[in-house]
Amino acid sequence: MALRLVIILLLYSIAFLGCRKSLEPQPEEGFNFINGLYLLNEGNMSMNKASLDFYDLSTGIYERDVYKRANPDVVLSLGDVGNDIQLYGSKLYIVVNASNKIEVLDARTAKRIKKIDLINCRYITFYNGKAYVSSYNANIGVDPASPNGKVVEIDTASLSISRTTSVGRQPDGVAAANNKLYVANSGGYNPNAYERTVSVIDLKSFNEIKRIDVEINLHRVKADNKGNVFVNSRGDGHNTHSNFFMIDSQKDEVVRKFNAPVSNFWIDDEHIYTYASEWSNINRENSFVYNQFSSSDLGFEKKYITDGSEKSIHMPYGIAVNQQTKDIFITDAKNYVTSGTLHHYNASGKLLRSFTTGDIPGHMVFYKQ
Amino acid sequence: MDTVTVSSLKNSLVLRSTTPLQLLSKKQLQQLNSLSVADATRFLSGVQLKDYGGIGGLKTINIRSMGSNQTQIFLDGIAIGNAQNGQVDLGKFSLENVDEIALYNGDTQTLLQPAKSYSSASSMYLTSNTPTFENGETRKFRAGIKTGSFGLINPSFLFQKQINQYLTASISTEYLNAHGHYKFRLTDANYDTTARRENADIDAFRIESILNGKIKGGAWQTHLYFYHSGRGLPDAVIENRLKPTSPELGQRQKDRNIFIQSSLTKQFSRYSYTLKLKYANDYVFYSNPNIIKLEGPLKNNYHQQEGYASFANQYLITPEWTVALSSDWQWNKLNADLYNFSYPTRFTTLVSAATKYQTERFTLQSSLLATFVQDKTKYYQSPDDKHEITPAVSLSWQPFEYPTFRIRSFYKNIFRMPTFNDLYYTEIGSTLLDPEYTEQFDFGFTYAKTYHSALKFVSLQTDAYYNIVKNKIIATPASNQFRWTMYNLDRVQIKGVDVVIRSGWNVANCLNLDVGINYTFQEALNATTINGKMTYNKGEQIPYIPRHSGSFILQANINSLFLNYSFIYTGERYSQAENITANYLQPWYTHDLSIGKDFSLLKQGKMRVMTELNNLLNQPYEVVRNFPMPGRNYRLRATIDF
Repeated sequence: MALRLVIILLLYSIAFLGCRKSLEPQPEEGFNFINGLYLLNEGNMSMNKASLDFYDLSTGIYERDVYKRANPDVVLSLGDVGNDIQLYGSKLYIVVNASNKIEVLDARTAKRIKKIDLINCRYITFYNGKAYVSSYNANIGVDPASPNGKVVEIDTASLSISRTTSVGRQPDGVAAANNKLYVANSGGYNPNAYERTVSVIDLKSFNEIKRIDVEINLHRVKADNKGNVFVNSRGDGHNTHSNFFMIDSQKDEVVRKFNAPVSNFWIDDEHIYTYASEWSNINRENSFVYNQFSSSDLGFEKKYITDGSEKSIHMPYGIAVNQQTKDIFITDAKNYVTSGTLHHYNASGKLLRSFTTGDIPGHMVFYKQ
Repeated sequence: MDTVTVSSLKNSLVLRSTTPLQLLSKKQLQQLNSLSVADATRFLSGVQLKDYGGIGGLKTINIRSMGSNQTQIFLDGIAIGNAQNGQVDLGKFSLENVDEIALYNGDTQTLLQPAKSYSSASSMYLTSNTPTFENGETRKFRAGIKTGSFGLINPSFLFQKQINQYLTASISTEYLNAHGHYKFRLTDANYDTTARRENADIDAFRIESILNGKIKGGAWQTHLYFYHSGRGLPDAVIENRLKPTSPELGQRQKDRNIFIQSSLTKQFSRYSYTLKLKYANDYVFYSNPNIIKLEGPLKNNYHQQEGYASFANQYLITPEWTVALSSDWQWNKLNADLYNFSYPTRFTTLVSAATKYQTERFTLQSSLLATFVQDKTKYYQSPDDKHEITPAVSLSWQPFEYPTFRIRSFYKNIFRMPTFNDLYYTEIGSTLLDPEYTEQFDFGFTYAKTYHSALKFVSLQTDAYYNIVKNKIIATPASNQFRWTMYNLDRVQIKGVDVVIRSGWNVANCLNLDVGINYTFQEALNATTINGKMTYNKGEQIPYIPRHSGSFILQANINSLFLNYSFIYTGERYSQAENITANYLQPWYTHDLSIGKDFSLLKQGKMRVMTELNNLLNQPYEVVRNFPMPGRNYRLRATIDF
């Protein structure tokens, strides 16, 4: 009766109790990438889920997780929170924030060349054969309990740190123009006292020569090919909104305030593609804008997604524009804890294709052999 | 009383309960491979222990997939609160002073209870050690020591005294220190590496005193408790950080908990009442030396206070029919040195009305709970007042002449308020949050049979249940990862089956065996659909809930020798809402073994020595992703009673 029935059920369910699957070791995959887009997925903090995808623009094939596939023996793979990716020469540089490292890969094969340790590293840029990386941690020699961050210089030939210099608190974006480096100080650890300056570093002496007052909580910095430096501010979520600024690297001062919220941007000659996501406490939801500006025409402003498909983006998190085709790429991080999406638009702003990515797709760089 | 009789007595309580009840007795608790209450809950059906690993790691329980905030923990009938985040770390509760653990799904069986006991989806009752004096003795001492892996040193001391025939007093104290280091293995198809868990040290001290008094037609108790601990908070295991650069760069936490609670129960011919009072004062210090702010490394201080009073009344209308009315009043306050903190205070009033009709073959119990919650904040807006009335009904029925087969069923609708963290932690207020509701439907049966053979008895509880969690409160980043906001988003539908089998054996007159099997099936699916808002992973199993889990326990006694073997199984799970390979967690199963012996000392003294071996097969596993659990480890215990 009942007892017997339950015992039968129990035995039946025990049959379902799986043992551990034994996994077959994966051989290293030999990629030969020629023309495409590398996409770095951040992965949520403490998850070790940073991953690298490659979108082949010639074949249209989207390859997931190419770092792990090319380097299967690296323990815990690419690591925790991929924060920036840039290409320099034939090498790919990936800044992995919580894993305290910069991964240098062969951009053709995605194979690891070297790992450079740097605590709490954030963003990377290049100038005259050197890489410059921002870090929240204090310069060695400075009191380790100092709140000020630093920028390090990496020699791209030896792939080792050559010089370091102190900047403001929690430096994020970095860009170089006119033999100078521009570093956005955020001060994000102190919402009661955000930083509001860009540090200007003379690349010859590698010393901070000026701080340009911009706005609170600065984030990304990018330079165009005419010596203009662009920087966006995050705002404070209460009274100060996100904003966008242009700095002239001759005068080292803010020459234009866009008065438009910008979370992220991509510079393609004089065209600046931006998007903004801002939380509204009144409507209890995020609002998004996708605007294109121009560095030469002050009044220029247009929506670059033209087919209304931006409504399907829940949380825009990355942007890139192909220099040749002018195709636009926008990533959707959704709720940050599920696979994201890469949307591919053509030059006239119509959605062409979408791909499933890793968690929090955020940073892109084009590669052509 | 011999073992089998005790088991049977407990069984009758379990079997007649209208809601699923599981008990762990003092004898079981002393023989199980457990250091804290958290370890012991692994042996309960339907419970998922969320364990961040190590002696000092956070340990909370999630019952029937409804989330850890839906379970209320009671110590001697009074709730252990945490208004800040609703989580009670069961790793902090030593088994040294606990006589019994009872787990209820739905309402408890006693009507004379504070209204608070009706206010959660499930509840766990811990009963403190109550002194019993026999043969004219008036005092008892117990001294114990535990040591073993992780550099554990854990001496404890208990003193109980009968002051007069109406009054007993006891003092229990304990010190625990461990470096907490352990090796763990990280494996994948392509690598297998060993690393060491660091910054896992703990130093804890507990002292408590209980006065138990008898009065005419009643009893009273006053309990004074003090706990202090300092511990490292090991990070998740992070790539390139397997070897911390320096152990002192880890995050630290200090806790200090003080409470005083009293209760008084008095019974008249048909009327009885219980009065309960509590004041708690909790302090938490958190530091993170990796986040260096303008004023120095990040440090936060949290001060919480709770005041609580309850008056419960019960009246027997007829011998079969009982009614009860209870009223509770609670005050909570949280201070924290966080930027833009709103300094909330919460006033909660609970009123419950319950009735029970019980005959030999039939029990029907139902309750209504009215909840009034008012929050006040020093700065910024506070949410609107909340008031809710929620019902529960349960029954147990013996359908046949056969006395030990009973059918039972319960329905309960309840909610939990958003915690202070949910409402006020983020810079952006989330004060528009709604409570998180759960609805539970349960249908099951209990069965027991005694035999006159080597097998003395078998008992069985099986329940199938369907739970819905609505407005589940989840944290989601708002505009970037560093700015989180709280939403009422998820809806979870849970279908489950719990099976609990116990049996008692007596072989060759000297070998007593208790054999138990637990099995749980849970399908806990994300059922979120919100109009106009995007939802993800609908229809997939929610994170960290295995479809299959269970345990097997064998306890053997041969005269003064005892042996315990347990096997715990947790099936495959996913670490995130998306059920894909990247989030897949392998099943894990551990074998634990313990062996001990009782000795007589002098004329009245007793001594017990015991060895525990845990994770015998040294399986590497993680309960929470990137928080590895220890491999094979051991403990030695010795206690002396005199």
